[in-house]
Amino acid sequence: MNSEQSILDDVVGSEYKYGFTTDIEQELLPKGLSEDVVRFISAKKEEPEWMLEWRLKAFRHWQSMKEPTWPNVSYPKIDFQDIIYWAAPKKKEGLASLDEVDPELLATFAKLGIPLEEQKMLAGVAVDVVLDSVSVKTTFQDKLKELGIIFCPISEALRDHPELVRQYIGTVVPPSDNFYSALNSAVFSDGSFVYIPKGVRCPIELSTYFRINARNTGQFERTLIIADEGSYVSYLEGCTAPQRDENQLHAAVVELVAHTRAEIKYSTVQNWFPGDKQGNGGIYNFVTKRGICEGAHSKISWTQVETGSAITWKYPSVVLKGDYSIGEFYSVAVTNNMQQADTGTKMLHVGKHTRSRIVSKGISAGTSQNSYRGLVKVLKVSEGARNFSQCDSLLIGDACGAHTFPYLEIANASATVEHEATTSKIGEDILFYCNQRGIDTEAAVALIVNGYAREVLNQLPMEFAVEAQKLLAISLEGSVG
Amino acid sequence: MTPILSIQQLTAGIEDREILKGIDLVVNPGEVHAIMGPNGSGKSTLASVLAGREDYAVSGGSVTFMGKDLLDMSPEERAREGMFLAFQYPIEIPGVSTANFLKTAVSELRKHRGLDPLEPAQFLALMREKMKLVEMDSSFLNRSLNQGFSGGEKKRNEIFQMAMLEPTLSVLDETDSGLDIDALRIVAGGVNALRSSNNATVVITHYQRLLDYIVPDVVHVLWNGRIVRSGDASLALELEKRGYDWIKNEASVEA
Ligand SMILES: Nc1ncnc2c1ncn2[C@@H]1O[C@H](COP(=O)(O)OP(=O)(O)O)[C@@H](O)[C@H]1O
Ligand SMILES: [Mg+2]
Repeated sequence: MNSEQSILDDVVGSEYKYGFTTDIEQELLPKGLSEDVVRFISAKKEEPEWMLEWRLKAFRHWQSMKEPTWPNVSYPKIDFQDIIYWAAPKKKEGLASLDEVDPELLATFAKLGIPLEEQKMLAGVAVDVVLDSVSVKTTFQDKLKELGIIFCPISEALRDHPELVRQYIGTVVPPSDNFYSALNSAVFSDGSFVYIPKGVRCPIELSTYFRINARNTGQFERTLIIADEGSYVSYLEGCTAPQRDENQLHAAVVELVAHTRAEIKYSTVQNWFPGDKQGNGGIYNFVTKRGICEGAHSKISWTQVETGSAITWKYPSVVLKGDYSIGEFYSVAVTNNMQQADTGTKMLHVGKHTRSRIVSKGISAGTSQNSYRGLVKVLKVSEGARNFSQCDSLLIGDACGAHTFPYLEIANASATVEHEATTSKIGEDILFYCNQRGIDTEAAVALIVNGYAREVLNQLPMEFAVEAQKLLAISLEGSVG
Repeated sequence: MTPILSIQQLTAGIEDREILKGIDLVVNPGEVHAIMGPNGSGKSTLASVLAGREDYAVSGGSVTFMGKDLLDMSPEERAREGMFLAFQYPIEIPGVSTANFLKTAVSELRKHRGLDPLEPAQFLALMREKMKLVEMDSSFLNRSLNQGFSGGEKKRNEIFQMAMLEPTLSVLDETDSGLDIDALRIVAGGVNALRSSNNATVVITHYQRLLDYIVPDVVHVLWNGRIVRSGDASLALELEKRGYDWIKNEASVEA
């Protein structure tokens, strides 16, 4: 109850809460993309030669590609030469402690409530903060190191563990996979790298807070998580962004590899600036997330709570290669005002007796458009595959839209596929009923939305579930009455 | 004695159509009033206007509830001030359990009175106690509000909520319709158990049947947007015997 109460308190009178920019001196590259820019980025990060070659190959491929037009979203054409591809907070030499971190930056973190401070660390959260392009601070390294866990910026991994990065990068999402993954491969700035050794259960939630901070800067994160045999890791990605006028492009790539009997739980709470009520500003979020269940009995589970961005284009997917492997996708996607989301998942069944579960909960309000797009594909070699999909839509008001595009491609007759879908609406009748019981409209929406999203929220680590619940309420604020 | 509810010359309707054409009604503490009348006479409209439904525009008259101007309050304020409507057609809320719904409602009510929310254990105990009144099984608590409930279960759930919220004024809109005789007895038993000298009940029905169980102090006949006749419990019996036509005829002559 207390948490619900504070949600309601938060709901009262807050516009986009995280709309501020920090004033840290930035090192910027001029706008535009060319081979030179790719070389510059790679040199800046002191990358090995093979990495530069890999980037250049991706860049050349990207030049031959076209932006996808199939998603159910519309936006003005992006000028990729009008974007800055490199920005980094000017860094002082070797930050040994928090005291040395730019106080402006710390103030920003405090405003965002990023758990860099002692209390939060004690709460068991190791944070790898990415402010624009360079990872600033990583905590809990020592404890993780003892267990042989690597959790660091990918740029650091390229330096300290180049063989591991080289072995896995681009194996799940090849640079040529799609327009945005090619772009990301060419110019990715930084991101997280995680390696969990054989048989190790990572004792804490690994958490990265992304934040887009520089004006006009495209953000190209690259995350690679490898869970070796019999290991377990839970990773959380959370995002907030400052309010601005111009649209900002974000094209991240996340790759997950789960070996035999390993399990990766990847949770996202995404709250980027969605644009104002008239649809100005806001983040364009074109992200490619894919995991592979490489070994038998491995498991990958995506959980996402998406409330932000002007446009979301995102399909966390699982390639179920190992026999008896399991893929899961739990999603709550909220769109309000002029937001557009085309999101869903792909489950590719390759191994025998593989199982997938999809629970998608779309919530549309205002004049927003919310699409679920899902593909369940069972290859001929996949004996006894099973899928269960649940795709629900909740409409708030009459002006919004919900669309579902579930695709099935089943090449093996032994597959069992179940699909359920519902559409419900928070209409006048429901709201009046709640009002008549003393529950005001804002609280009623929060109550209903949280009930509706419960199954997904339950998948999140406890403290993030509370955060996510707040986000849902905040993002739907003022959506009725 | 201040009345709980005092309605004077209330007119209300939708868009260009007047549905309530001048209602006068005074309900005192401890009283049960029955409002009867044929279908379409405006009973549910009256209940909705009292609860503050925006679909209906009040064009004249006044309503005082516990000394305050009721029409000046939002629907949720009316509820928190102690006005309860048992809906003729209770709605379903998917994904919100009956328990969670009531926890929110009770907390809002307590907040309004400057009280902290009940501890979970206290709240559970309260629900258990009140469910007994309407012989509702506790398995309903975890189910989505009214979803998949039978007609009778929904009606019992309305009375259960009323028991939880302990309103000063309860308006029951055809809570009896669609109930078999056992359910009717249970619902009526619940309502009777909640009666006290500090609250009042307005029972809307068009069958005399319910009034065998909930004995009214006053019976009103609503027809064509007006209260055309009021009397004691015997009026209901007379209506049962003679139907509404004689009242309609008398009312037409007077009008
Ligand atoms: N929202 C509405 N829109 C249009 N007509 C309505 C509405 N509500 C009530 N009415 C009309 O007003 C009259 C009274 O309805 P109602 O109050 O439901 O009667 P009762 O409950 O006595 O059967 C009926 O003719 C009904 O059709
Ligand atoms: Mg009616």
